[in-house]
Amino acid sequence: MPAALRVVEASYERASMPDVDAHKAMIARIAADKDRAAFKALFLHFGPRIKALMQKAGASSDIADDLVQEVMMSLWRKAHLYSPEKGNVSTWIFTIARNARIDRLRRQSSKPYEDVEAIELASPEPDGEAEMYVSQRSERVASALAELPPEQKQIMELAFINDLPQSQIAEKLSLPLGTVKSRMRLAYGKLRPVLEDLA
Amino acid sequence: MTANHHLDDASIVRYASGDFSTEFVVVSASHLAMCSVCRKAVALAETAGGTYLDTLDTVELADDALPALMQRLDDEAAGTTAGASPAALPEHGQEDTLPLPLRRVVSTPLDAISWKSVGPGIHKHDIQVNKETGQSLFMLKIAPGKKVPEHGHGGGEMTLVLSGSYRDDLGWFGPGDIADLDEHVQHQPHVDSITPCICLVATEAPTRFTGWISRIVQPFVGI
Ligand SMILES: [Zn+2]
Repeated sequence: MPAALRVVEASYERASMPDVDAHKAMIARIAADKDRAAFKALFLHFGPRIKALMQKAGASSDIADDLVQEVMMSLWRKAHLYSPEKGNVSTWIFTIARNARIDRLRRQSSKPYEDVEAIELASPEPDGEAEMYVSQRSERVASALAELPPEQKQIMELAFINDLPQSQIAEKLSLPLGTVKSRMRLAYGKLRPVLEDLA
Repeated sequence: MTANHHLDDASIVRYASGDFSTEFVVVSASHLAMCSVCRKAVALAETAGGTYLDTLDTVELADDALPALMQRLDDEAAGTTAGASPAALPEHGQEDTLPLPLRRVVSTPLDAISWKSVGPGIHKHDIQVNKETGQSLFMLKIAPGKKVPEHGHGGGEMTLVLSGSYRDDLGWFGPGDIADLDEHVQHQPHVDSITPCICLVATEAPTRFTGWISRIVQPFVGI
């Protein structure tokens, strides 16, 4: 990998690998023993990030704090449903936060997401897919995102971080809706090889 | 069941980031319930969400955040708050026909659904999930051999085949297949199954869809 790329990636300040493994172990301890020390550690790490995510999506500080509590309680209750073969802890927490964002900030229903998650949990992984695959996938996705051209990166961030509806992204950037869609497709197309290469 | 027609990549991103209205989420999720290929694609996009969560600058929490959270754990352990137990699945005895995300919003079994006729050989069942979006969700039952007159859309439209099949310019659509179309696509579905084709549809622009229905009806009843 060229040195310049490595610099871009470093600027992303990803959780280091020992953190990633430690977080998985903490979820396992919560699932097995209702371990409060593990829960506290996860809260100290992810709480301020979940709050940041909610504020970026337009929540006030109070509502964001409230949503942090809600997301952490979901994590506590659903720890036994976390499966390390399906994704990293930060990805799993993102989905819980996204569902809370849908219910509270978008006033829509996240119920269908929970149904799909239940179906996915019940379906066995094909051979050869394991935790190794998941951690490689996270690394590869992080570098693919870091390498996106600025106009695609901007749209992905507005969608995932700022929770802007597609129509508002178009409005904000003075772009036709079709252009926003095609940039989303292009950005996702840069991630797709990660699935194919590791499959 | 392996689907041949899947969610568009832009829809995978919108689903993963949480941008769809409930109407479109129900149709997407009903396809995902039947399609492990798209579930993998969504998981990949969600990994992007996890990366963004990791890279955000942290924001300081409220002073009492930790004690308040610990108090919640105490309350929950004492059973003074209702834990979030998974919602019970509606029992319709229709597991074979309706995907789970749809079963939640359709309160009757498929064979007891109240259909209203919207034209010769075409029946519709509206599903109310949200009053505020201005988008619509409904099921269509189209009789065998019926050809829906060519139409475009006033906005995005997702059509998931639940039973039966149809063919149009985009190919053959059987159970589990989804037509994830943007507003520029014109198509003319022709039901080619011996049983009626039952589809789940979400549209962005219900008023235009009324026009769509009247254009369907027009040739037959001369509205
Ligand atoms: Zn699919």
